Amino acid sequence: MNVKELERVAEEIRGRIIETSCKAGVPHLGSCLSCVDILTALYWEVLDIDPQNLSRPERDRFILSKGHAAPALFQVLAMKGFFPKAMMDDYGEDGSLFGEHPPACGIPGVEAATGSLGHGLPIGIGMALASRLHGYKNGIFVLLSDGECNEGSVWEAAMMAPANKLERLMAIIDFNKWQATGRSEEIMALSPLKEKWSSFGWSVYEVDGHDMGSLITVLKKLPDGSGKPVAVIAHTIKGKGVSFMEDDNNWHYRIPCLSEVETAKKELGLI
Amino acid sequence: MRNVIAKELEKIASEDKRLILLSGDIGNKLFDNFKKTAPERFYNCGVAEANMTGVAAGLALMGFRPVTYTIAPFATVRCIEQIRIDLCYHNVPVVIVGTGAGLSYAELGPTHHSCEDIGLLRMFPNMTIICPCDPVEARLALRAALNHEGPVYLRIGKKGEPAIHKTAPDFKIGKAITVIEGDDVCILSTGTIISLALSVAELLRNKGISVRVESFHTVKPLDAGLLEDISRGCRLVATIEEHSLIGGLGGAVAEWMADNGPSKASLLRFGTEDRFLGRVGSQEYARACYGLTADVISEKILKAAG
Repeated sequence: MNVKELERVAEEIRGRIIETSCKAGVPHLGSCLSCVDILTALYWEVLDIDPQNLSRPERDRFILSKGHAAPALFQVLAMKGFFPKAMMDDYGEDGSLFGEHPPACGIPGVEAATGSLGHGLPIGIGMALASRLHGYKNGIFVLLSDGECNEGSVWEAAMMAPANKLERLMAIIDFNKWQATGRSEEIMALSPLKEKWSSFGWSVYEVDGHDMGSLITVLKKLPDGSGKPVAVIAHTIKGKGVSFMEDDNNWHYRIPCLSEVETAKKELGLI
Repeated sequence: MRNVIAKELEKIASEDKRLILLSGDIGNKLFDNFKKTAPERFYNCGVAEANMTGVAAGLALMGFRPVTYTIAPFATVRCIEQIRIDLCYHNVPVVIVGTGAGLSYAELGPTHHSCEDIGLLRMFPNMTIICPCDPVEARLALRAALNHEGPVYLRIGKKGEPAIHKTAPDFKIGKAITVIEGDDVCILSTGTIISLALSVAELLRNKGISVRVESFHTVKPLDAGLLEDISRGCRLVATIEEHSLIGGLGGAVAEWMADNGPSKASLLRFGTEDRFLGRVGSQEYARACYGLTADVISEKILKAAG
């Protein structure tokens, strides 16, 4: 697909996330919308995962470490055909597999259960070590949030991966500048984020996390020849794509009403 | 005990290419032979137990059989959420080996004591907990744990524990091993404190009481068949463990008896009290501080069995 078509896909995913949030009462819209372009680039252009052949051991792995963006991941997986869209008909209802976070089993394409932050990167390291031991040439991709970088386990993992030269492991940070209750730069001393990761021994790239072309170029760099794991700092906007949600942290928890869904879909060019 | 574990791990590593050993920067020289046998399958994960546990989950999700190894409180309580989510929720075959459990490292102070680990881990669905009583059982327990399809906590002592079993017993997860046959009183002991249980049994025998001693190595799942037998057949059941009275073997057996009563047998529980030790000393000293001596325990049993 060309960049224009991919952008169209991303808008459609945004629309579905917002609709589902309203219908099912699922929050974290801001966090979902900030990583839609990253997920689109990954699943449509970068990841070597055949939804019809998930048992192929040497395929790529993607872990959504920022598990609260599961509503975005679920829409992506459904659109890519990992499971029939109808499987999500009961989204948010009692007894549904689909809720606010990825569960440990039952949803094809969900690699690991997340939701408590700081768990994905260590699991990714285990998968990268395992892949190397098996002799696979696959990539392990882990998507973290900037708020998640508060967790100590992220930095434990950040030290282990370079020590083991895990050049086929990529940590992508959805740097939307917010965490649940405030600016991520202010709550903890997050800056300088790029220097932190590079000083820990990672090969670091910064990218506009909403520029589809640049995203694809950077996400395809694994391995980049440095012998190091790769960290991608994707500068994003929380709530990206809808004017009244962009950079407004109320949408970490707010659920849109029907008229807000309609306005959002108009802005996204979906109606 | 830890030497036996290290040796057995090395042996299994050459038999089973799925075995991976993750160490939390502990066991200086202990794993030198393992590193020679399978250098590509040994990782010192540093002093970073949360990460180590997550790494183990990732390896297990890709078909390996990882073992995490460090001092008991750091292998368990330090990284408890990783155990809960990464191991138990995903139900992956990872063996956590906690060395120096209970009061093994009494002289290092309460930071290194591990008297809450069983209680905390016992609550997690899918978790299996095994506390071998001697080096023989430890070796068998390790093999059983590595063949188990789910997370296992293997809670071991340090070094120099005497062999209780003269020959290798039939070891099954969830099936206690009878060490001494008897009728009146049944002592259920878990872990290396069995030497104390045996001393208690001897004192009671001298008083004319017939005592049965079980190495109740698996705290989860409980050996329900045995509990049914002894709660019907014995006058008194006593649990002995180097663990808090809250949540450990004694707690688990009390819960079982409450749920499966009425029972002929009354229950006495011996373990560590609900307080940290303010003074350091030997393991014997620490046990004595909590009343875990043969004299104290046998007197209490005598009184209760009257």
